[in-house]
Amino acid sequence: MSFAITKEAEVVVVDVEGQLIVGNRQELKQKVLDELERGEKKFLIDFSQTGYIDSSGLGVLVSLSKKIREQGGELRLANLNDDLKTLFELTKLDTLFQIADTRERALESF
Amino acid sequence: MSQGNEAGRQNSRPGARDDARVIEVDIPSDVQYIEKVVELVQRECALMRFGARQLMLNLAVALTEALSNAILRGNNDDPAKHVHVMARVDPGQLVIEVQDEGEGFDLDRCTSDPTTPANVEREDGRGLFLMRQLMDSVERFDGARGNTVRLIMIRQ
Repeated sequence: MSFAITKEAEVVVVDVEGQLIVGNRQELKQKVLDELERGEKKFLIDFSQTGYIDSSGLGVLVSLSKKIREQGGELRLANLNDDLKTLFELTKLDTLFQIADTRERALESF
Repeated sequence: MSQGNEAGRQNSRPGARDDARVIEVDIPSDVQYIEKVVELVQRECALMRFGARQLMLNLAVALTEALSNAILRGNNDDPAKHVHVMARVDPGQLVIEVQDEGEGFDLDRCTSDPTTPANVEREDGRGLFLMRQLMDSVERFDGARGNTVRLIMIRQ
């Protein structure tokens, strides 16, 4: 379980490798908040290497989405597999987030 | 670690078979153990040919929620307390019991609908909802060791 952060043009890209669950959600939150504090405004979280997400992982995404918006920034999600899409649909979080099929499309959407 | 009457009750359930495999683990109240327990149960279910979606979505998320509730709420994140997990899997179904040392809770009263417009932007309140959406049955009862949540997933 880890979070790799890279910068593509003006976008901070976070790759979630493994699970996003109660045991590591704070790490993701802190990494994104640190970038936000440095003045970054555009964020993309890529789930192409993600296994599963639990309710506290979803909660952190909701929290980050609010904090980024409050700072005038934007958050996109990309590469949800079918299981993760179902999870977002069940919780209706697919209506809250801007979700792209690929990383490229997400980057183009900013 | 005997499950006594609880195990006996499961044997009488429709779909239960003689070739069932039972695993029991006892973990300290620490969320870092959750992923390992999920992996262990996923492996048993894979042996019984449960599908990838049931392993990676239904089981993974619902069991993570049950363990997380037991550790953080039932046991108040107290590392001196333990969570006991029993999983019984056969080719027809998986039955998991997660027991903590807490006093229990009312499953219906504690489950809210996180999909309403008022709740969808909340950071919490999705755990029990997801467990119930992803499992065929979720029950809570006072077991021999304490507060127990039983999850049942029928193999598809």
